[in-house]
This record gives sequence, C-alpha cells and structure tokens, in this order.
Amino acid sequence: MSRIRYGASNIWLEIVMIAAVVAFIFPVYVMVTMAFKSSAEVAESAIALPQSLNLENFTNAWAEGELGRALANSVVVTSLSIVLLVLIGSAAAFTIVRGGRRIHGVLLMLFLLGMMIPLQLGMVPLYTLMRDLGLLQTYTSLIVFHVGSLLPITIFLYTGFLRAQSPTYEEAARVDGASQWQVYSRIAFPLLRPVTGTVIIINAINIWNDFLTPLLYLGGSDKRTLTVAIYAFRGEYATNWGMTFAGIVMAILPVLIVYFLLQKYIIKGFASGLKG
Amino acid sequence: MPALVAYGVVVVYPSLSGAYYAFTDWNGGPYPSFIGGANFAELVQDERALASLRNTLVLSVAVVIGQSLLGLVLALALNTAIRSRNLLRTLFFAPMLLPPIAIGVLWQFMYSRGGPIDTVLSGIGLDALVQNWLGDSSVALWSVIVTVVWQHVGLSMVIFLAGLQGVPEELYEAASLNGAGRWRRFWSITRPMIGQATTIVLALTMIGGLKLFDQVFVMTSGGPGYATETLSLLMYREVFVLGHYGYGTAIALVLTMIVAMIAFVQISATRRGEVEA
Repeated sequence: MSRIRYGASNIWLEIVMIAAVVAFIFPVYVMVTMAFKSSAEVAESAIALPQSLNLENFTNAWAEGELGRALANSVVVTSLSIVLLVLIGSAAAFTIVRGGRRIHGVLLMLFLLGMMIPLQLGMVPLYTLMRDLGLLQTYTSLIVFHVGSLLPITIFLYTGFLRAQSPTYEEAARVDGASQWQVYSRIAFPLLRPVTGTVIIINAINIWNDFLTPLLYLGGSDKRTLTVAIYAFRGEYATNWGMTFAGIVMAILPVLIVYFLLQKYIIKGFASGLKG
Repeated sequence: MPALVAYGVVVVYPSLSGAYYAFTDWNGGPYPSFIGGANFAELVQDERALASLRNTLVLSVAVVIGQSLLGLVLALALNTAIRSRNLLRTLFFAPMLLPPIAIGVLWQFMYSRGGPIDTVLSGIGLDALVQNWLGDSSVALWSVIVTVVWQHVGLSMVIFLAGLQGVPEELYEAASLNGAGRWRRFWSITRPMIGQATTIVLALTMIGGLKLFDQVFVMTSGGPGYATETLSLLMYREVFVLGHYGYGTAIALVLTMIVAMIAFVQISATRRGEVEA
C-alpha cells in the first residue's frame, strides 16, 4: 500500500508537492523580504531579495503605528475573553449535559442556533446598545462581544466532549457529599483539559484576528488592536509598502511562533473541534 | 447562568431586534417607525444590492468548489508515505491562522501593477497574462476568490486528512486484491468514507464565503464599480457610512436567510448522500 512503501511514485509526488508548497508560500516570502527593503529597493523590484538586513522599517513601523500599545491591547482583550469563555462555557456545558431536564436540551439548541446566525444581523442593535451604555472605546465592550458571540462554539465543543465522558467520578464525589460546585470545579473541569486546549486555540485565533468589531468599537482610540493598527497602515502610509509589511510581520510573529511550536496540537484542535 | 446573560445580550437580543429593525425606517434616531416590507421592495430595485447579492453567491460557490477540490487533492497527496508530509501540512495550513486583514493587505500588494505576480509572469515569458488584477471589473472578483481560497485551503485539507485517516487500510487491501484500480478505490471506498468530512468542509466554506468581509474591505472596498461588492460590505456601508440602519439590517436579514437556507439544504443533502453510499 502506498502508505507503507516508499517507491518511485512517492519520489515524484514528493517533488511535485514541494514545488507546490514553494509556490504556495511565495506571498509569505514577498511579505518578509519587503519588510527589509527601502522604498528605492521596492521600486526596483517587487520580488528581489533585499540588499541588506535593514531594520529601519521595523523601528519606524513600531513607533509610528504605536504597535507596542496595540499589541498590549490585543493581549488584554484576547486573554480576558478566553478566561471568561473557558469558565462560563465549561460551567454552562456541565449544567446542560449533566442537568438532564428538558429545559437543558432547549437551552443547548438555543446556543447552537447561535453558530448559524450571522453576526451581521445583530451588529447594528448591538452597536447602538454599546454606544448607549457608554461602553464604546472600552475593553469591556469588545470582551463582552467576544464572550457572547463565541459561547456557542465553546459550549458546542464542551458538550460534545462531556457527553462522551462517563459521569462515574462525578457520581462518586456526590455520594461522598460534594456540592454541585465542588463536583464541577474539582472533578469535571480538570477532566475537560484536552477539550479546553481546543477551545483556547480556536477562540484565541478568532479573537486575535478579528477586525471589524474592534474597528467599530475601539477605532480611533488608544485601545485599538493589532488588526486595526495594520489596517491603519494602509490608510496612513499608503505608498510605504516596506513599513506596512514590517508592521504586519511584527503583528503576526507571535501567532506564527506559537503555531510552529504547537503546530501538532493546533492542527489537531481545528480538525477535531470542527469535526464535532 | 452567566452564559445565558452574555449570549442573550450579545446574540439573542441584537439578532431579534435586528430582524425587527429590518422592517423599519430607522436612521439612528430614537423612534424608528414600522414600514413593512418597504426596505425589501427597495432592495430588489437597488442595482448595487442586486450586484452584491450576485457577487456574494458567485464568490461563495467558487470558493467552495476551489477550496474543497484543492483541499481534497492536498489531503490525498499528504496521506501517503512522502517524507515531508508533516512539514508540508504545517505550511499549507499556516495562512489559516493569519488575520484576514493582513492577508488582504498582502494580496493587494501581490496584485498591484508591476507587483510580484506581474513580475513573475513577465519573468517566465507570460506577459500576455499580466492584468489589472484588482482594477478590472471582470477580473477583480476572481482575484479575491483566489486570495480567499489561498488562505483557507489548509483548513479543508486538514479536515479531509482527518477523514482519510479514519478509513481502514484493510478496505483498500481487500479492494486491490479484487482488482480495483486506483480510481475505483477512491470512488468506491474513499469517497463514501469521507462523507462526514465533506459535509463539514462544504458547510464551513460556504458560510465563510457568504459572510466574507475583511479581505474584500481592504483589497477593493467593493470596487471597481460594484464588481466585488458583497452583502456584508454593502451592509457595513449602508449602516456605518450612510446611517441607513433599517435598510442595512434588511440586507443583513437577507444574508441570514441565505445562510440558514444553505446550511439546511447542504446538511440534509449530504446526510442523505452518506446514507445511500
């Protein structure tokens, strides 16, 4: 079988696939090399290697784009949203799966429906609500948005995992007199660790990369996130591609480093999470 | 339950009131009045809205086809003994994790006049293929489609790979012994066995395509003319640029209906396919 033997046809396939991936990552090559080029070099050729490892674009982008600030904002919003999603989502899933009453099934349906509804439908009322509550330009508005909008996928992942798990340990603890809260926090939550990893990965990518909501809620303030900062580069320095790409490279570097360190878990998380 | 509160405030209440405001003349003021289906009557007369509906559908269908076929081919190629398969998988998946807005900026440059794509094409003697990729209204939508497929093909690949790895090796061995060729093995074993993976890939891709915003927003803002205008983009413009809140939510409601319809049709159709196979 092809999966076991490594024959001549595999060598050909290997060569073809490597050629394909080289073509595939060509845009990434362009992005990275551009980040090191001066404007004169950019004008000369769009694809040549830079003549030297010139870091000027990076220092300029960092200072002018206020990327340090934007990076801190993205970290704050993403980490707080994730902590809340994990705590609220797992507790809700625990109640739904182990509750067993009819109302719990209805609640689950209600949450899962949320995965289907495009956020565009509620975008305007939610925006005016945030505005009327005076929450625009605060972290709170964005965190509340992310927690609410990503709860459906979070609850979906947790309930799927909990269903497959037998409640033996929980029942044993209950027999020994543990309260519902103790059962959840001491027994159920620690056992959810594998799926919590998936929840963190999928949600973190979503929140970190989100653009439209931070643009609407935090745009124009000093709380803008990295994605909004990237977009601002296109408006403010429209002709300075070198600096724009230096900004982008710095903005995506944290994600790429984490990805290459944890790629097996991340890919598995996406595949298993979305397979349901 | 705090989950209910958060979900209610962010999704349930806004969606329901959004669905109501779609039938009003709301312009951001405090007292919108109910105007029945007037927004929708306006919508079917609005050339821009019709163009954006058409573009959204073309884009979604093209992305579904491109991304699923390429994703399947990549998954089949990487589900073999080739030595670089893990590295290749990592690289093909990588764009998935990058912010769509950054991808949009990157491809805007890729497509720019005299940019990387033009340079490569002239370099290998294909000057004839050099285009105004984002500025020509007959090409721009396809340029956007290529970008979207490039970013998300890794996800389809990974889901198909997970499906392929669930196919028992013995089935192929038995089929080979009985003289089934490569194509026959794919059609009679692989295809039905990865039915579930296919459902997921098709549904995710289609819904993702329908809601697409970031990349188009930064690459073309819907231009030239209405050539790449999508429903999400049009809604954004009507609401946050022109202040037509009621009309904007009517567009969002149309989008919601299409998403719901396609999700329903697709899931039930592929389910039936799985059972028959």
